[in-house]
Amino acid sequence: MSKGFVAINVERCKGCAFCVEFCPTHVLALSSAFNSKGYHPPHVVDSDKCSGCDLCGMYCPDFAIYGARYAR
Amino acid sequence: MSEPLLEVPCEIPPDAFNPVEPFLRTERIPHIWCAGCGIGTTVNCFTRALLASKANLDKVAIVSGIGCTGRVAGYARLDSFHTTHGRAIPFATGLKLANPELQVVVYSGDGDLFAIGGNHFIHAARRNMDIKVICVNNLTYAMTGGQTAPTTPSHVVSATAPYGVFEPAFNLVQLADACGASYVARWTTFHVKQLARSMEEVLQKKGFGFIEIISPCPTLYQRRNKMGDGLDTMKYYKQASKIRHGAPTGECNLSKAGEIVVGKFVDRDRPDYYELLQVQMHESLGDRYAEPEVGCAEC
Amino acid sequence: MHADPKGVLTGVHFLDGDHACCEGTLAAGARFAAGYPITPSTEVVERFASRIPTVGGVFIQMEDELAASIAIQGAVWGGAKAFTVTSGPGFSLMMEHIGYAAITETPCVFVNVQRGGPSTGLPTLPAQADMMQAKWGSHGDYGIIALCPNSPQECFDLTVTGFNLAEEFRVPVMLMLDECVGHMTEKVVIPPAEEIPVLPRRYTHKPPAEYRPFEPAADLVPEIARAGEGYRFHVTGLTHDERGYPSMNVATQDKLVRRLVDKLAPLSNGRAICDTANLEDAELVVVSYGITSRVAQRAIALARQQGIRAGKFRLISAWPFPARHISALASRVKAFVVPELNLGQMVHEVERAAAGRAKVVPVTHAGGTVHDPEVILKAIVEAAK
Repeated sequence: MSKGFVAINVERCKGCAFCVEFCPTHVLALSSAFNSKGYHPPHVVDSDKCSGCDLCGMYCPDFAIYGARYAR
Repeated sequence: MSEPLLEVPCEIPPDAFNPVEPFLRTERIPHIWCAGCGIGTTVNCFTRALLASKANLDKVAIVSGIGCTGRVAGYARLDSFHTTHGRAIPFATGLKLANPELQVVVYSGDGDLFAIGGNHFIHAARRNMDIKVICVNNLTYAMTGGQTAPTTPSHVVSATAPYGVFEPAFNLVQLADACGASYVARWTTFHVKQLARSMEEVLQKKGFGFIEIISPCPTLYQRRNKMGDGLDTMKYYKQASKIRHGAPTGECNLSKAGEIVVGKFVDRDRPDYYELLQVQMHESLGDRYAEPEVGCAEC
Repeated sequence: MHADPKGVLTGVHFLDGDHACCEGTLAAGARFAAGYPITPSTEVVERFASRIPTVGGVFIQMEDELAASIAIQGAVWGGAKAFTVTSGPGFSLMMEHIGYAAITETPCVFVNVQRGGPSTGLPTLPAQADMMQAKWGSHGDYGIIALCPNSPQECFDLTVTGFNLAEEFRVPVMLMLDECVGHMTEKVVIPPAEEIPVLPRRYTHKPPAEYRPFEPAADLVPEIARAGEGYRFHVTGLTHDERGYPSMNVATQDKLVRRLVDKLAPLSNGRAICDTANLEDAELVVVSYGITSRVAQRAIALARQQGIRAGKFRLISAWPFPARHISALASRVKAFVVPELNLGQMVHEVERAAAGRAKVVPVTHAGGTVHDPEVILKAIVEAAK
């Protein structure tokens, strides 16, 4: 079980890939799916590695993703 | 926040929410900023700073000017004022002096604050007015299509300099320093953690605080100059930035593709305008001085 | 509600118009002023700077008129009654922010002590050449209220009225003095505070969740809030909806901009402020305002002595223009004589209202001094033929 989780609001995403690039543990990748505006949102490729650091949330200019630690 | 379209393999606790959400007028999201624009990133940092500084959000007022960054006021769920081009700072001055209990933050862009707004910036800094100025510097006038700004580096192509800018650009941190600002820092949108911490610091420090944030404008600045997209620019920030706390601000010039000196450059204590006013009045008038009433309820 | 005694200099004074205007602001409850030095208006804020620290408020001399005209609006949203003071060149600089006050419905007062123009013009000499600018100076469609005192006493009284109208209609109010009225010294009686009616700001009592910042009440004016009370409202100069959010479409524009003008309609009708005399039997009417009205008074008296039935219509509220009053008179008088210290400004409004039913005779003056009563008399005699 990972230390954290991410939640992705696909419709807000503009596919800038900041989250993908700056996730320290490479949890994310741009998916091949489209949202309704034609952007590729990220998807989780390695959920075990997520620490819930929320760097993705801090980087996201579109408020489309955030991460958090699971409460213990 | 709407349900994600894609299932994520992580379990999302039912009470989880994006920390930025309570600060947004969510009914106005999605916002107008482009893909890869850094303004939204700075908003995330600002909201983290508000949380960390334990600010009473009812007492925080945001004042912005006109431009892409100026739109921040419209998305922030605070008492927010979208004013005229270049004049956020004098508006903020009036707001703060009428109600000194307010934490007044000016959130605007480089063109707005330093071209048309330049005169107001220098005087508010000189006065050490207790307002915080967050300047998102994307090196251009983005909203109107990417014209030359006082911060546009030499040799860059812009909408009004199709053959290349040849004017020397302002060094904003040096200008703020020279005008007497109590707090001066520069980060880029890559430095999210440091930026949030700087914003937290500036919110807790009396006097005129200034934070410059270098940010991509992929649609205009970067595209016109074949500098790639937002992500390419963020990678450039990561590679080219050198953290030099306390560096002499005169040595922190920006250029088209060179080093970006970031960090906290000025953190000094000077009495702010209101303090100076009170001291002078008490000295001159003694008992006859009547303290200004804070924004009268039934005036 | 009446004035706060702290700001009221009750008594019989010998003051010039600028100084009386300042006392008017204090009596009206102004506790914030921002200004920039400009002849012949500077004394208003010089006196305020000297008085306000013992009354309880703030004066700040800003770096230019652009800053002053928006700093006062920031102060209003922070909860203060606020004003600025200027003359022609500064008034021109303030135009963008007058428009901002109009569209954001920010109650505030702009005092213009008019001087010869255009440009630097005649800094120390009177004119009335900013009258059209007061109404039309900013871009776009909007309404303002303009008041024209003709004595230091009125500089006091109408300033209080101006602040009250600003609060009632949530509109910027122009106090259109001129250098003559501003620098003439006369008896000014300031009553006790309890005899000075002062309108409190129309703050909403709705809870934040229910409050919509630009939802008009029955009189087309929205209730206001101020920063720091938990309302978390948004104010923008963009065309906006009732939530205050930018709504840049044709329907919202139509609704908003028409309301900004329509809400002031009472002032062009029953609430118009004017001073009239000898209208019942008038064969012609002299329409004037400000210092010119005092010269006109003399000319009317001389005309009456000659048997010409001249009536007086003095504009005190010049904007919105009292078109209905003029129109009603146009049905029964043969002419309007309109002396002004300009090359013809308010005379156009008189012409419009008269709609060809009466002659309209301008008595122009490029500015720098007041009319000679004989010049106005001559025009009256001609018009009476």
